[in-house]
Amino acid sequence: MEHIRTTKVEQVKLLDRFSTSNKALTGTLYLTATHLLFIDSHQKETWILHHHIASVEKLALTTSGCPLVIQCKNFRIVHFIVPRERDCHDIYNSLLQLSKQAKYEDLYAFSYNPKQNDSERLRGWQLIDLAEEYKRMGVPNSNWQLSDANREYKICETYPRELYVPRIASKPIIVGSSKFRSKGRFPVLSYYHREKEAAVCRCSQPLSGFSARCLEDEHLLQAISKANPVNRYMYVMDTRPKHRMQSWWATQKDIGRIIVRISSKIWNDEKIRESHEQKRLNAMANRAAGKGYENEDNYSNIRFQFVGIENIHVMRSSLQKLLEVNGTKGLSVNDFYSGLESSGWLRHIKAVMDAAIFLTKAIMIENASVLVHCSDGWDRTSQVCSLGSLLLDSFYRTIRGFMVLIEKDWISFGHKFSERCGHLDSDPKEVSPVFTQFLECVWHLTEQFPQAFEFNEAFLLQIHEHIYSCQFGNFLGNCQKEREELKLKEKTYSLWPFLLDDQKKYLNPLYSPKSQAVAVLEPNTVSFNFKFWRNMYHQFDRTLHPRQSVFNIIMNMNEQNKQLENDIKDLESKIKQHKNKQTDGVLTKELLHSVRPESPTLKTSLCFKEQTLLPVNDALRTIEGSNPADNRWS
Amino acid sequence: MMFFFLFSVSGNASNPEFKKKKNSECLLRLRHEGLLNSCPAGVASCPASSCPFRSPRSPRLKLLESALLLGPRPTAGGMEFSELIRTGRAQAELLRGPGAPPLRGTLCVTGHHLLLSPGPQATSDLWLLLLRSVDSIEKRVAGDSGTITLRCKDLRVLQLDIEGVEATLDIARSIEALSSLESVITSFPFFYRPKGLRLGDAWHFHPPEHYYKRVARETNAWRLSEVNEDFSVCPSYPRAVIVPRAVDDDALARSARFRQGGRFPMLSYHHAPSGTVLLRSSQPLTGPQKRRCAEDEELLRAVLAGARPGARGFIVDTRSAQAAKQARMTGGGTEAKAAYPGWKRLHRPMERGRPLQESFVRLVEACGDLEQSMDRWLSRLEGCRWLAHVKEALSTACLAAQGMEREGACILVHGAEGTDSTLLVTSLAQLILDPLSRTMTGFQELVEREWIQAGHPFQLRCAHSAFSHARPKHEAPTFLLFLDCVWQLGRQFPLSLEFGEGLLLALFEHAYASPFGTFLCNSEKERCLCEVRTRTHSLWSGLNQPKEQRKLRNPLYVLNPLAIWPSVEPQSLRLWQGLFLRWTRPPEPSEAAWEKVWQIVTDKEKTEGSQPTVSASEPQP
Repeated sequence: MEHIRTTKVEQVKLLDRFSTSNKALTGTLYLTATHLLFIDSHQKETWILHHHIASVEKLALTTSGCPLVIQCKNFRIVHFIVPRERDCHDIYNSLLQLSKQAKYEDLYAFSYNPKQNDSERLRGWQLIDLAEEYKRMGVPNSNWQLSDANREYKICETYPRELYVPRIASKPIIVGSSKFRSKGRFPVLSYYHREKEAAVCRCSQPLSGFSARCLEDEHLLQAISKANPVNRYMYVMDTRPKHRMQSWWATQKDIGRIIVRISSKIWNDEKIRESHEQKRLNAMANRAAGKGYENEDNYSNIRFQFVGIENIHVMRSSLQKLLEVNGTKGLSVNDFYSGLESSGWLRHIKAVMDAAIFLTKAIMIENASVLVHCSDGWDRTSQVCSLGSLLLDSFYRTIRGFMVLIEKDWISFGHKFSERCGHLDSDPKEVSPVFTQFLECVWHLTEQFPQAFEFNEAFLLQIHEHIYSCQFGNFLGNCQKEREELKLKEKTYSLWPFLLDDQKKYLNPLYSPKSQAVAVLEPNTVSFNFKFWRNMYHQFDRTLHPRQSVFNIIMNMNEQNKQLENDIKDLESKIKQHKNKQTDGVLTKELLHSVRPESPTLKTSLCFKEQTLLPVNDALRTIEGSNPADNRWS
Repeated sequence: MMFFFLFSVSGNASNPEFKKKKNSECLLRLRHEGLLNSCPAGVASCPASSCPFRSPRSPRLKLLESALLLGPRPTAGGMEFSELIRTGRAQAELLRGPGAPPLRGTLCVTGHHLLLSPGPQATSDLWLLLLRSVDSIEKRVAGDSGTITLRCKDLRVLQLDIEGVEATLDIARSIEALSSLESVITSFPFFYRPKGLRLGDAWHFHPPEHYYKRVARETNAWRLSEVNEDFSVCPSYPRAVIVPRAVDDDALARSARFRQGGRFPMLSYHHAPSGTVLLRSSQPLTGPQKRRCAEDEELLRAVLAGARPGARGFIVDTRSAQAAKQARMTGGGTEAKAAYPGWKRLHRPMERGRPLQESFVRLVEACGDLEQSMDRWLSRLEGCRWLAHVKEALSTACLAAQGMEREGACILVHGAEGTDSTLLVTSLAQLILDPLSRTMTGFQELVEREWIQAGHPFQLRCAHSAFSHARPKHEAPTFLLFLDCVWQLGRQFPLSLEFGEGLLLALFEHAYASPFGTFLCNSEKERCLCEVRTRTHSLWSGLNQPKEQRKLRNPLYVLNPLAIWPSVEPQSLRLWQGLFLRWTRPPEPSEAAWEKVWQIVTDKEKTEGSQPTVSASEPQP
């Protein structure tokens, strides 16, 4: 509260950044402890959560006032003009303070109160049960078991307490392997394919060092491949691009040179062939730094596969470029496409998708288990494992299943939500749209397979909204241990029950769960299947959207159909009842009465039909006539 | 007269019995497809006098042929096709791209078609390709077999693997010769007699008189003039045109002399809610001397006077100011400001002609490459500039529509000839403003009135599509650009168009190659001379058959009485995948989804329909 100097400013103008006319809405700006609120002259409200604010900018004073541009993490950009510079300055300073909190306890989730009692809150948190989920997958079983090695977070702080490992992997092996892996993130089960008996496992990169090897790690990988009774070899997918590793090596050239000298000493009897030299040098340079990838010689029955997904810094600047291009007013078609190309965003999305497809094929076609890792195993690994599971298992394509998937591969395995989303005022270099990319990949799948998903685009957008909102506890913190220390389950609420309550809004009317064609998704990743996701990156720029929604109308029709069918069934059963009664000759007055009060259902459904004609209002939005006050996409 | 030389050259089948059986089977199938008229004798040998489908050789027509250069003059006995067919049959395998299984069978070349008849045990039907739709052909021989790649005008790519080198070369040469015939009256529409349709049907669906009736109901300021009855005033206009009541036919004729190709300003659309009008014409022939024409000026003055007192007008020139000025050197030009009080000129440069065709060719090229990287694809999408043309067209149409609806101004649109980008703008503006033109019949009427009867030279523009190696002369995908813009409108207003993507795709196909006569020739005059109306079937009657409706209609349509203003930001425009990637991507998922939408909608109708019967059978207490 101490940051708020001005709580109310009148005569503020709100500009629409894409409108062709320069009309602005005039209204009053309020500053509350959690939100910035703008109420225009039509009493339309625009709420902006402080946590959503990514940056605030005060532009040079103009004749009409002082412009204030606020960019949000959900890609909303608002442009206010505040009449007096003093007010503008006060708001600017307050927002700077309010949008960057130093402590978790100051985040909205800790004060948000949806009027639930403690047991309701607890039930909300218990809605998604991962132990239940592993049971659904079919573990534990004869090959896989629950390990208690990390029960006290002693082996790996960023993993959950409950981990599934091959039954033949003993505790010393696990402990040994974890010492060999970056941040102790040893290989564990992420998804088990019951039918193929193949597993998707995840870990971080090995600290293979210069010439070191780790027998326990090698054993653990052997155990994973042995846990697959069908196929003896397994894949290790390194999701990092090979050229990155090489360019990283280039910066470490000096170390490299030293290594060459030492190495020729150590293996002086070994003849390094010309063609192999470069490869060896790279690997050695990585190992010299104590990081890198597994030495293929030490792991038998393993096939190594690199898939090129770039790191978080590349992704961050790629998104930044994309947003810069899109924000341009009066953008030409050519500038748009050249900007889209140079940002590289769609290329990165395709890379993630390709990796997931590789994983799916390894399991479905070759019946092989797959171990996925990147550097720390919480960004790219989460993307690939979760997307792969989504392709493999139709359960994750339901509303509840998608929640489970996010809980499993993202939240529990320690994707650093707070750092990646910039929840607190911390290192900006740790911020990266890794999860946004995952959502975008899912959206691309919904576009290619319109009938395979129970949920619609609005569901993805809503989740994206809350990744940043800090309104619910799910995404706070960077790992389960941290979340427990914060006592999130006692102090905050879970997002999922709220989404489930609103389920109707997120349903895909075309969903056909029984269709065999979509049991395992095989997306086509030719370049032209990747499109700019306008509804995400311009979700608040209504003028750019289609003016009528097919989804709503189909949804309504679907509901009407169901209702009418039920009515028919009702009536038919009643007719039957009647006929029976009549033949029995026991038609009594009471029975007739029991029928009659029901008939109004018929009438209501007919009225219903008339009401749900076309939402004509939708069409009222015109080239510049879109109602800017109504700027919440839903 | 023989037009089908199915079996003029003996094929590979050695067994005469089998051959005979095969022949009759083929015939049956052909008849079923409506390709054989009712004259099976025409296949084998048919005396010229007895064939009901011989071309009536009226003296008038003969004159015309020489006047219109309608292609090679038929030789005695009408042997022109047989000379071009080098071999009739061969064994071949057809590869139809992803999603469709390959087809094996006997390949035949006929006067108008390529047929593949699968073996007797095969269950699948005869496969048939209109030779006119072949855009380019490529042959390769290896060993004792050959491969022909056919690229079609509807952007399909087909591959034929043929047994025998000689047969391959002969078939390739035959296809090459037959697909590039320029004669109109020997083209397939003149022989196509489908079952269930009658000649002359639907040709009278959309005459100018029909539209005038609507205008006359709305305003009294316009009349239907028959000044062009014999096409002498303007060869590219229809017989009847709608003009201001205050201007007489003589003045029109003078104005026509002042406009390129005689295309004087005529009514394109009357917007009843604002009482304003949309006109189109060609450029005025001001020339370097800045000539003026009193009748032309009077005509435009009468337009403003007829709208409402004090009404303003905008002239939307689809060329840049500089290009318009340059046109003066070649006798063209643009309206001088002083000569047309009340009218203001706006320049909205739009791409046309060869650059547009090149843009189309490059886009199709890019869409055919499945292996390219993301960056390459995006840079090619940018480089071809197709979506930039879509944006230009839509925003110019919005400008015209906005002028009428918001500012109450009259709009005159023209470029140079007034037969390409002009029509693009006027037709799109109507679609934006007029709810009636968004219905199934309304849209067909719009295409008929604003494209076909308005004299868009389809024959020239659509002679070749994107695959042709020939240097483009008059080809330009202006009509395709229009269809693309309509598709964009349909995406942004998915409930407001009564027709779906299916109709747009059908129009694209038929504009380039069609068994129907609707898109033949370049103007009403030529169609009249070729007797297209009496001797070919109309596409509209073909499309309006009940069995076609499910493909063409938008199940979600609800009348939207308002103007539909599209967003023209690049983020809102999309590549029309249904057209450009139609043959390269597996269509199943989206088609299944579409089926589902239909199912939901028809379910709704069904349940609603059945409800009254249930409630009626409810026993009365």
